[in-house]
Amino acid sequence: MSLAGLLRRLGAQVTGRIWRLGFASRFLLMTLLYSGMALRRLQLTLREIYFTGVLSLIIILVSGLFVGMVLGLQGYDTLQRYGSSEALGVLVALSLVRELGPVVAALLFASRAGSAITAEIGLMKATEQLSAMEMMAVNPIARVVAPRFWAGVVSMPLLAALFSALGVIGGYLVGVRLIGVDEGAFWSQMQAAVDFRQDIMNGVIKSAVFGAIVSWIAVFEGYDAEPTAEGVSRATTRTVVTSSLAILAADFVLTAFMFRGI
Amino acid sequence: MSAEPLVDIRDLSFAYDRRVILAGVNIRIPRGKVVAIMGPSGCGKTTTLRLIGGQLKPTSGTVRVAGEVVHELDDAGLYRLRRRMGMLFQFGALFTDMSVYDNIAFQVREHTDLPEELIHDLVLMKLNAVGLRGAHRLMPAELSGGMARRVALARAIALDPMLIMYDEPFAGLDPISLSIVGQLIRTLNDALGASSIVVTHDVHESLKIVDYVYFVSEGHIVAEGSAEEIRKSVAPYVHQFVWGEADGPVPFHYPAPPYGEELMAQPGRPREWWS
Repeated sequence: MSLAGLLRRLGAQVTGRIWRLGFASRFLLMTLLYSGMALRRLQLTLREIYFTGVLSLIIILVSGLFVGMVLGLQGYDTLQRYGSSEALGVLVALSLVRELGPVVAALLFASRAGSAITAEIGLMKATEQLSAMEMMAVNPIARVVAPRFWAGVVSMPLLAALFSALGVIGGYLVGVRLIGVDEGAFWSQMQAAVDFRQDIMNGVIKSAVFGAIVSWIAVFEGYDAEPTAEGVSRATTRTVVTSSLAILAADFVLTAFMFRGI
Repeated sequence: MSAEPLVDIRDLSFAYDRRVILAGVNIRIPRGKVVAIMGPSGCGKTTTLRLIGGQLKPTSGTVRVAGEVVHELDDAGLYRLRRRMGMLFQFGALFTDMSVYDNIAFQVREHTDLPEELIHDLVLMKLNAVGLRGAHRLMPAELSGGMARRVALARAIALDPMLIMYDEPFAGLDPISLSIVGQLIRTLNDALGASSIVVTHDVHESLKIVDYVYFVSEGHIVAEGSAEEIRKSVAPYVHQFVWGEADGPVPFHYPAPPYGEELMAQPGRPREWWS
């Protein structure tokens, strides 16, 4: 291929991506605009919270427990070199509520619930269920998309909180019960060092933002999916990949703003 | 045909980017009649339905339904008009996460404030009309193709529409289901005093039930007439379509260079790397 052809192809790719980003932004705007029904008829959103949030509980809780246990092991190994193994509770708690809780829970949420949302909406499109809804004078963005979007935004902070809570328990089990770190020091140092606004609230804000990002990507990819088996499969993959990258990028930006003074 | 049609399509053209689908089509659907739009796959039949329903906007020309130009309506106007339309999609398009009952009740719950007791009676009445009252607890995955089509039909008439559109209602049905669906289209249209548009390529079944037929080919209306006129037609295209002849105005072969020339020119096509 000639250089001009290569540049033309690159240009087309870039303009295509920008166009799609613009379309996705307009789609988000429409979703927010038509959110009235999702909030007015709360049972629609509650049903989706069950499917996206409650059904993701097992994977979130089990992962949180194991991540906390690993933190307990690794943290103890490092801290005892400096004679501060009592600070294990602080290390486990701060790592979880500030970073690992929101980020890992969001990555798991994207794989478990985000992909399911994309596949469901994509299949509804492929089987003309969204068209049927339109022809029944029911707006699919209000009826299908908005409840799923808000369910993700609401579920994500709760899942991240549970992930962190189970992680702390995991760290406690390994650090205190298995290795023998002093129990009083573990909890009291944690209580003294973890700040509600600086650490916990910032973690909650992060997870809500991640929830919005994952839900936005998931509903958009589903709605924009090519209505074929291959198209839905591609859209599902795109949801997981794009969400994961977006979560990590947004985490850096949010962390830079939240903890810049520390 | 009647002077005041429910649907009046004039000089309708539509193209996806540069690919022309419809070019200068004129169709009139009189009130109370069942009209078929026939033609081979990909000729623009379903596109015509989507233009009538306002899911697509024409490149030029107008689609007037009950006196309103569809593409000039705002969202609220379009949704108001759609509440008076029913549409049966090719494979039913039932909501797979809802039971048969909830599928039919869906539109009623969305657009009316009727009490649940009344909705119950209404749903059972519609299901009884299509012979599936006993199936109201089933999920769409538990239905056969013919049953799913009948449930979709009951859903399409849930709000007693003035216009019912059918997109390939006979596709993939066994002879019994095919005949049942055909009869239901006719009887429901007459019972509701509605008008119906049946997009199909099933000539024999549709000629039994329709009042008028339009034949579409390559974006143009190539023939029209009553069912009897179509049966007797000697126009080459209509004759080929009605009698299912393999070759004729619609060629058997997809356009290609001369066979011999191609065989001589290409010694062998390399296999795809995964095959």
